[in-house]
Amino acid sequence: MTHVSTDSAIISDLSPTDAGGVSLAAPILSGRKSRLLRKLSLLPILTGILTLCVVLMLVIILWNIVAGGIGGLTWEFLTANPTEGMTKGGIFPAIFGTVFLVILMTIFAIPVGVATAIFLRYYAKPDSRMARLVRVAVNNLAGVPSIVFGLFGLGFFVQFVGRGIDKAFYGGGLAFGQPAIIWASLTLAVLTLPVVIVTTEEAMRAIPRDYIEASYALGATRWQTIWRVVIPNSLSGILTGGILAVSRGAGEVAPIMFTGAAYYLPYLPAKLNDQFMELGYHVYVLSTQSPDVEKTLPLLYSTVLVLLLLTFALNALAVLIRMRLRMRYAG
Amino acid sequence: MPGNPPMTELVPKHLHSASSTAPPSAKIQVRQLNFYYGPTLALKNVDFDVITNAVTALIGPSGCGKTTFLRTLNRMNDQVPGARAEGQVLLDGTDIHGPDVDVTALRRRVGMVFQKSNPFPKTIRENVAFGLRIAGIRDQFVIEEAVEESLRLAALWDEVKDNLDGLALQLSGGQQQRLCIARALAVKPDVLLMDEPASALDPISTGKIEELIEDLKSRYTIVIVTHNMQQAARISEYTGFFYMGELIEYGPTLKIFTTPAEKRTEDYVTGRFG
Repeated sequence: MTHVSTDSAIISDLSPTDAGGVSLAAPILSGRKSRLLRKLSLLPILTGILTLCVVLMLVIILWNIVAGGIGGLTWEFLTANPTEGMTKGGIFPAIFGTVFLVILMTIFAIPVGVATAIFLRYYAKPDSRMARLVRVAVNNLAGVPSIVFGLFGLGFFVQFVGRGIDKAFYGGGLAFGQPAIIWASLTLAVLTLPVVIVTTEEAMRAIPRDYIEASYALGATRWQTIWRVVIPNSLSGILTGGILAVSRGAGEVAPIMFTGAAYYLPYLPAKLNDQFMELGYHVYVLSTQSPDVEKTLPLLYSTVLVLLLLTFALNALAVLIRMRLRMRYAG
Repeated sequence: MPGNPPMTELVPKHLHSASSTAPPSAKIQVRQLNFYYGPTLALKNVDFDVITNAVTALIGPSGCGKTTFLRTLNRMNDQVPGARAEGQVLLDGTDIHGPDVDVTALRRRVGMVFQKSNPFPKTIRENVAFGLRIAGIRDQFVIEEAVEESLRLAALWDEVKDNLDGLALQLSGGQQQRLCIARALAVKPDVLLMDEPASALDPISTGKIEELIEDLKSRYTIVIVTHNMQQAARISEYTGFFYMGELIEYGPTLKIFTTPAEKRTEDYVTGRFG
């Protein structure tokens, strides 16, 4: 719907010069016609070629990864531990760690994100200083480079919160004051919050005003209206936000490399303060930290393929849910 | 309901002349109501008595303030940023703008049906039960009873009784509007505000809504905004004519339509403008 309106806005922007442009029409009809037409027809060709370049890049990348990785994509690869200095074996701990990480991240990001969206839409006055401040914060959060989140996570979560917990509850011993999956997932949650907030707010904006009015007219309080009308009707949007956050978070390496990801672990993470292996970080490790990069190449290809498939599948799911949401309110 | 004098029973149900002996009792008394959207004055000094257990029609050209007036009666305009009311709106003698008035309780007593039917994307049963659930009623038996009673009152029961778990949005437009009426009735209001409830419906569905209003007025005080002069003449006992935010004339429907005191009223009801 937004696309349609944007397009029509562009058209209406252009149409005055087209329609009212008597001065423009005159030279076209005169001798300069051919030159102008040549100029005009050059544009579609130029833009077309550039578009083709983009598509070609994507195809080359995908082709390279699929061709190199599909051979190594065996059941054993998906279910086994890395062996022999990561030149053999599988990536199961990395898959497990990634799933664990993003589930934890979702648990942190969705409630906070949804609460922020509710605040912005239903409690803050639309143009108040507070609402604008939150919006600026959210937009800026989305623009912060991910390595900064990594350093922030290390400084704030690991060293400040973690050490604080250790001092308060563990007599200064080392329990939470070190990189761990909880700190990594919290860091990722901060990183993906803007996605959750924006998609949730968009879904809430799509709820017909009629529903809200009907609810108030029946004597519902604001909170009852939010709980019984707004949240149920924006569930698909919230879900979409969650999935987009996961697909964004699953591919990030920088935020977790200081806050919990491990080079190699002989065990799977079972507690919140365990370290973990992760697919993206594993790719980084295989490609730069291995003693024999040549030998890890086939594994590297297959790992990247798994990471890509996971991200694509999540994005496809988000698109599907969003389509269903649109259809529901179209009628 | 305190302050409701028993004389209600003495008032004839169909008052077509102001010359009846017993004065009809007023459910809602509006006194010197001014209403602002930001700096814009939308209602000017309106005095209005909504008569108990009768149908009152509000007519007037678009933008004349009749919908705004309707929505001040259950404070739905509270939702509009910058909206502000001055003056008194007394429901059974109590000012609804008073500091200790619970607006949710007010809206349970003064229900509302909107121009565009707006059932929730839920089942038929859950639509009707919505108001009860938010009022904190959990007893399934009570809810089932109320759902059936409300649907019967709204003349929808026979059409949907075998399909209570069907989705409300699959009903026809007219059925959806009657479902909205059932939903409003389920919380047992005294007053029902209707904002052009039939303007989006075909003539047959409109006829059903009008019949329904006829049936309901023995139990409810009804205020209806309408653009349709014939409709106002058919279904209402009292009519108020609004123009440019002012109540130009208010009285028994028959008088407004046959011997209006004001020239502007006559011009409007005879279709000379608006």
